Amino acid sequence: MMRRAAGALVTRDLRLLWTRRGDAFQPALFALLMVMLFALALGGDAKALAPVASAVLWLAVLLAGLLSLDSMFRGDAEDGSLEQWMLAPVPLWWLVLVRTLVHWASTALPVILAVPMLGELLHLPRAQLPVLMVSLMLGTPILSLLGAVVAALTIGMRRAGVLVALLALPLYVPVLVFGAGAVAASAQGLDAVGALLLLGAGLVLALVLAPLAAAAALRIAHN
Amino acid sequence: MPEDIPEARPLLAVRGLAFRRDETPIFGPLDFKVDAGEALLVQGDNGAGKTTLLRVLAGLLGADHGAVDIHGHSAQADSRARHIAYLGHLAGLKADLGARHNLEYLCGLHGQRPGQTIDAALQIVGLAGFGDVPTRQLSAGQKKRLALARLWVSPAPLWLLDEPYANLDLDGITLVNRMVEAHLGTGGAALITTHGAYAAPPVRTRMLELGSPA
Amino acid sequence: MNSPVLDRLIRWFHQLGSPPTFDRFAARWAPWAYVLGLLTMAVGLYGALFQVPADYQQGDSFRILYIHVPSAWMSMAIFALMAFYAAIGLVWRIKLCEILAMSCAPIGAAFTLITLATGSIWGKPMWGTWWEWDPRLTTELILLFLYLGVMGLYAAIDDRRNAARAAGFLAIVGVALLPVIRWSVVWWNSLHQGQTIRMFGESSMDASMLAPLAWMVVGTHLWFVGSLLTRARADNLVRESGKDWVARLVEARR
Repeated sequence: MMRRAAGALVTRDLRLLWTRRGDAFQPALFALLMVMLFALALGGDAKALAPVASAVLWLAVLLAGLLSLDSMFRGDAEDGSLEQWMLAPVPLWWLVLVRTLVHWASTALPVILAVPMLGELLHLPRAQLPVLMVSLMLGTPILSLLGAVVAALTIGMRRAGVLVALLALPLYVPVLVFGAGAVAASAQGLDAVGALLLLGAGLVLALVLAPLAAAAALRIAHN
Repeated sequence: MPEDIPEARPLLAVRGLAFRRDETPIFGPLDFKVDAGEALLVQGDNGAGKTTLLRVLAGLLGADHGAVDIHGHSAQADSRARHIAYLGHLAGLKADLGARHNLEYLCGLHGQRPGQTIDAALQIVGLAGFGDVPTRQLSAGQKKRLALARLWVSPAPLWLLDEPYANLDLDGITLVNRMVEAHLGTGGAALITTHGAYAAPPVRTRMLELGSPA
Repeated sequence: MNSPVLDRLIRWFHQLGSPPTFDRFAARWAPWAYVLGLLTMAVGLYGALFQVPADYQQGDSFRILYIHVPSAWMSMAIFALMAFYAAIGLVWRIKLCEILAMSCAPIGAAFTLITLATGSIWGKPMWGTWWEWDPRLTTELILLFLYLGVMGLYAAIDDRRNAARAAGFLAIVGVALLPVIRWSVVWWNSLHQGQTIRMFGESSMDASMLAPLAWMVVGTHLWFVGSLLTRARADNLVRESGKDWVARLVEARR
């Protein structure tokens, strides 16, 4: 039953994505824009950009994800689909987990795939790219899962905007620290595996706990 | 009213159910039951608590006092989900998807009544050719019919219908009544709220009047 | 176990949850808490400024730790207390606990600001700059954002009850993540190790230096109690503003 419900939800979301397939590129475009702005602000010199490239890329991916948070639950809340989730014979946390992962795949994954190209724009040292990609693949799902809790709490609000960022960013700090830090460590010649393992552990914890927290938050916000 | 079969347990039994928002009582305490094959019409003015009652029965809100039993057992989230189909003010339909895709998704989520197909349901509610039309392009009445189609393919025996006649013309009202009648005929039950007595299913119906709370 | 004392305590606690009773309780005890708090802090500050000898390394500038350290402790303790009240309010649906949790937030935020400001002032003579990304200060800054987030969420939702529950839930999430945040900041600091001065470390303090600190800790706690009771009382009155007992209270004041 849980598998059938998950399949139905994934199919629905993919179909919905297809009807608005132009929107899927927006997070990636935003990341590109951020990269360009950083280059403009720092002066396009490779010597200035290369040391900060990995950090800037991490921030670009993080902020692109932040801007997409609103779309995680708002549509379903507004048309009553969320209510049907609560009435379904499958646990709410399961539906939240499926929704969050589909949301991650549709908003964060395209940006991550663009990172190698964006890295070239910032003169990212080639040696850092593998660690950067792994840290992003491990870290961005955690950001989506934490973001789901914040999105669930702010679901009732019309003027969410900056407040969502204010709520989510402090919670994002550990992920950013270990994610960008892993790349920084490898750049300094230190071993990045420790930080990456911590990210992995964080991901496992988030996969288990965040859906439960987000489901509880949805029920609180829905009342 | 004597029970025909002494062992029969009502589909829904409510004892001492009360709900308050902050300190204001919304309804209660209520005692009633709904048997299979029965419809209960919940009447009352706007603000009398009809919608709240249905939401409490569906499990979307927690009651402050009282108990709800389904088939004689205390209603848990799981038993509610399997036995209750709720049609509220928001239909739960995605505007960008067509009627068929919406129903496929909802069937995947809630389950599908054995022997019912989505096409048959669309036929019954009069949306036969509209399967691929994005729901946003349907009129309010058509959206309501689509929501009713969802009920038709739902496996749940107890229907909680909040103002099902809203947005519907005479044909639509007749459709609702026919659907309720057919549903009751197969052993289902329905709770219907309405704030006027202008439409009622021609079946074994009882009234529950929600006035100012005691 | 049938203890009459325990029964009376539980009954008193239940009664306290009733809005008019809490109003009387808070109105009675808040001024005492404020006054006692001010007095103990005055004693502590006097000792900090005039009795404790100057540090051989930092001179007189270290004296600000007598404000910085208690404030830092309060900023953390209040956050934990806020999450505790929020949890009770959410699980047992006790309105007073929701109010208390929300009243904690601005007080905790104020203590966090004081911690940051005094930390900055303390550091200036040593660092030469007004700010360094020291792990403790960085964590305090993130804590400030967590407080502001709770306050912002509480203000942004119209229904007061839902607002308190959502913001309370956020506080619980925050308190669960706070150790992770602290740990990550410490790790980050060790990775990008720039400055080496371990100024906020727990250097061993002579017993004579501890006394004013103890006074300040007690004083800030008392002040907190007074402030909490006052804010909670105000919020309580606002929430109950349509009720009879509030109208009678206003009438009696005229």
